Amino acid sequence: MARFIVEVMLKPEILDPQGAAIAAALPRLGFAGLTSVRQGKRFEIEIEGPATAEKIAEIESAAELLLANLVIENFVVRVDE
Amino acid sequence: MTLDTVKSALIDANQVQPYRELGLRDDEYARIKSILGRRPTSSELAMYSVMWSEHCSYKSSKVHLRQFGEKQPKTDALLVGIGENAGVVDVGEGYAVTFKIESHNHPSFVEPYQGAATGVGGIVRDILTMGARPIAIMDPLRFGPADASDTKRVLPGVVAGIGGYGNCLGLPNIGGEVVFDETYSGNPLINALCVGVMRHEDIKLAKASGVGNLVVLFGAKTGGDGIGGVSVLASESFDSAKPSKRPSVQVGDPFAEKVLIECCLEIFAEDLVIGIQDLGGAGLSCATSELASAGTGGMHVVLDRVPLRDPSLAPEEILMSESQERMCAIVEPEKISRFLELCTRWDVTATVIGEVNDSARLTIEWENEIIVDVPPRTVAHEGPVYERPFAEPAGQKRLQANLPNSIARPRSPEELRMTLLDLISCPNLADKSWVTNQYDKYVQGNTVLAQPEDSGIVRIDEKTGLGVAISTDVNARWCLLDPYEGTRLALAEAYRNVATTGARPLAVTNCLNFGSPEDPAVMWQFERAVTGLADACLELGLPVTGGNVSFYNQTGDVAILPTPVVGVLGVIDDVAKRTAMAISTEGDELYLLGETREDFAGSEWAHIHGHLGGMPPRADLDHERRLANLLIEASTSQILSAAHDLSDGGLAIAVAEMSLRKRVGARITIDGDPFVALFSETPGRVVVVVSQWHRNEFLALAASHRIVTHHLGVTGGSALVVADNFEIQLSELADAHQGTFPRLFAGTR
Repeated sequence: MARFIVEVMLKPEILDPQGAAIAAALPRLGFAGLTSVRQGKRFEIEIEGPATAEKIAEIESAAELLLANLVIENFVVRVDE
Repeated sequence: MTLDTVKSALIDANQVQPYRELGLRDDEYARIKSILGRRPTSSELAMYSVMWSEHCSYKSSKVHLRQFGEKQPKTDALLVGIGENAGVVDVGEGYAVTFKIESHNHPSFVEPYQGAATGVGGIVRDILTMGARPIAIMDPLRFGPADASDTKRVLPGVVAGIGGYGNCLGLPNIGGEVVFDETYSGNPLINALCVGVMRHEDIKLAKASGVGNLVVLFGAKTGGDGIGGVSVLASESFDSAKPSKRPSVQVGDPFAEKVLIECCLEIFAEDLVIGIQDLGGAGLSCATSELASAGTGGMHVVLDRVPLRDPSLAPEEILMSESQERMCAIVEPEKISRFLELCTRWDVTATVIGEVNDSARLTIEWENEIIVDVPPRTVAHEGPVYERPFAEPAGQKRLQANLPNSIARPRSPEELRMTLLDLISCPNLADKSWVTNQYDKYVQGNTVLAQPEDSGIVRIDEKTGLGVAISTDVNARWCLLDPYEGTRLALAEAYRNVATTGARPLAVTNCLNFGSPEDPAVMWQFERAVTGLADACLELGLPVTGGNVSFYNQTGDVAILPTPVVGVLGVIDDVAKRTAMAISTEGDELYLLGETREDFAGSEWAHIHGHLGGMPPRADLDHERRLANLLIEASTSQILSAAHDLSDGGLAIAVAEMSLRKRVGARITIDGDPFVALFSETPGRVVVVVSQWHRNEFLALAASHRIVTHHLGVTGGSALVVADNFEIQLSELADAHQGTFPRLFAGTR
């Protein structure tokens, strides 16, 4: 069995209202010196069998189709060792 | 990249500039050079290109839109007319109402959720800018075929975006339209309407007056959102071969906007601004040049002071950025500390970025160098004006001669029954609850009527019950067949819808969605539509208070159906006396008001059979006015139990909708050809429900307004019965009506 991690983040130039709200809340809770927060999504996907190049490509196309909105988001796929 | 300053524009006078890539034509670039007496700096080029784009300058539409002013009827109701962010009308009791529709078509195709959400945000800021508290929104939407795969991508995202943004703002969404047609496949129409209310004395205008007054930018920080969005995205149709032109999408933050609304309203209440402008398309370029142009005439801005979300932005990009939730105000120096104090209280970033002067120039500096030095009027108000050629399309006569007579008409009772089921379940006529249930219709507690009623009504004064009613309409198929008549019919329908609920129509707004103005056939449709609307408004005595033009709505060479969405605003003195559409009691009398003729060209029945041709009906505005007066008077006297306008699908659909609302059936008798009686779409007709006690009073009133009445039958039972023809149980009708949207769109999100 292999496990993939897909991390989806808004593209750097895209406004992240949730991240901004968190960044504004942290100092109020006493966490000083944090300059920026960006919030994203993390997916853990398990498959039967090993993580072949073919499987990685399949996960990547799944991410393109469903997990990420490529108009405003980027993603990375990696194998969880 | 080195900084391009006014100084370097003089030294390096012959530098080659990418004006064509920015959408400017050779003659437009030459004109900029002659205005400035030198080549523009790159920042100036950015400003001119975006402000002279079709979207901002209305360069193709201006010559025709003048008719709205020239043909404006005499009215005391109009407080602010065309040219400001939105028109304002007097609704009595010291209240003024402002309303406007805008399009956000292209951004919503690229990124449905954010495109639609920022469309709502933009129109809400326009209304706020007039000094009003936004009180309701509406969304007329048009998509490709309901079963097309791209519609399944676009529609759910758009609906969620409108709901997400509007619901977070706490604004009720009280109506709109959802229409499907093949021509919108690659180019959906996402129009957004907002209405706001204020006291007369609170009206604010977008002008920068008074030497020494301060220019304040407040709201969200500036990022790289939608750079080039206006000039590139909104003015050129999609071309899949050019992905590089895709700009970064604007992302909305409704909570930031909500705070901005409350902050602005407090600032207005303390009378702290001289002028105000929201930042929408073309961002700071637009706000600074429009404010300066409409005021004392000069302004100096220090661009380095603009708070940035992305510090790597170049000055050209800061000027073009379309970051959302930003406003620009002109504040007197003695009031600035209080202004900033209120902004701090609301946690809104506010920065003094410049000053009003009498130089008659808009100057902008960056790192101590002047990068913009222009006469502001040439940017904002004196852009190019085109007399685009227009000509009736070659196939227009052939289209009009192609009558829907070749389609086999239902004859037997069973065929008529099936026709009703086919129509009431077709996507254009099916129940839209799947869409409208995602919108908060009742937040703030002032919603009196909302979708699917004929018009949306919100109360504006709790003590007196004063309210406003709004409806938006257009049958774009009629506009294709005859854009002049089709647009008059759109106005007639919106007008009738407002009157049907008991409100008196007062003012008109519009959102004119068309194909490419460079196509003479499209320009002909546009010219005919504007003329039709201006003529009809004059005949009905309604001023056009503003509007929006969206061109380049096409996929490849195929333009959308000409879609001039017409919005009518009405006033109702006491919302408790409004008339709703539902049949609610048994034993009431049903009457049809108005004459029925054979009108199937451009009808929904023809549409579901894949036919579009013939001549639309003619709008009889004298009849519409008398009908409206009757409906308003009957509603005010409380003698109507219900009323519903007949439109797509004709009488059968109207009565079915009235019965389905509260599940009270009806038994009706029809004269003549049953197919024509049941499904013809002759305009100027309304079904009313009157109790036996009010029947004589109503008939006398109808006669006094010279409106023909036909007794249809009585209410009651659990079926819709068409005597001597067929009957359908309401449960079967409901399944057909309500099943379509969930079947098409459930699970698409």
